Amino acid sequence: MDYIYAFLIGGLLCVIAQILMDLTSITPGKILVLYVTVGVILGGLGIYDKLVDFAGAGATVPLTGFGNSLAKGAIKAAGERGIIGAFTGGMTGTAAGVAAAIVFGYLAAIIFKPKTKK
Amino acid sequence: MNKKELDEKQSYNELVKQRMDKSPLLPDCVKAFITGGTICTIGEGLRKFGEHILKLSEDDVAAFTAIVLVFFGALLTGLGVYDKIYKFGGAGAAVPITGFSNSVVAPAMEWRREGLIMGTAARMFTIAGPVLVYGVGSSVIVGLLYLAFN
Repeated sequence: MDYIYAFLIGGLLCVIAQILMDLTSITPGKILVLYVTVGVILGGLGIYDKLVDFAGAGATVPLTGFGNSLAKGAIKAAGERGIIGAFTGGMTGTAAGVAAAIVFGYLAAIIFKPKTKK
Repeated sequence: MNKKELDEKQSYNELVKQRMDKSPLLPDCVKAFITGGTICTIGEGLRKFGEHILKLSEDDVAAFTAIVLVFFGALLTGLGVYDKIYKFGGAGAAVPITGFSNSVVAPAMEWRREGLIMGTAARMFTIAGPVLVYGVGSSVIVGLLYLAFN
């Protein structure tokens, strides 16, 4: 059942983005910025975690989930360490994904040759 | 702008509108739904694997899932496969964290010829940079608001 909810909610979040992309001239890059920011806001309000409880990876894998992790990290660290925590918490909560993207991105650039579009 | 230019502009706008109306919104959405749903289902499998088999803590399950998905996003981008998934799935390939990975890896590879520092390293944040600026920036605001109200 968890897999079905993950599929449905994850798919639905992507469909919303697809509709925005088809009906407006918004670029995928801006969609990612929009999604992460919406995720931070819903995470900050404590709403997004309810979606995570329901849909698991269907809520955490889309970029809104990345935003939720940023907000949760900031709130948790702010509670423990005050203002310093408010600054450090977001990056701490998402360090794994960002560091992985940097390392694997760098390795891919060294290993793979891009298929040049001529 | 004289009248002729105005007319031309109007007819151009109508032409654009006609073409836009034909844009296959429904098939696009179905493909995005299937692609995004599938990637999230794989993510759910990774979460379960981390939780039950590797016995990781809740935070580490999230980190593990993110790292593995980013890895496969990078690998498939490197092999030129993610490009094909993207062409099929559109937002369904862009919105999951594998799409974030793709947005880092694709320019990192593309700009390799400009060198590993000002090419690869500088350009890998073309899209991830704005995402982090707005994401981390708003998370700091959330943290400060939390302090202000608690």
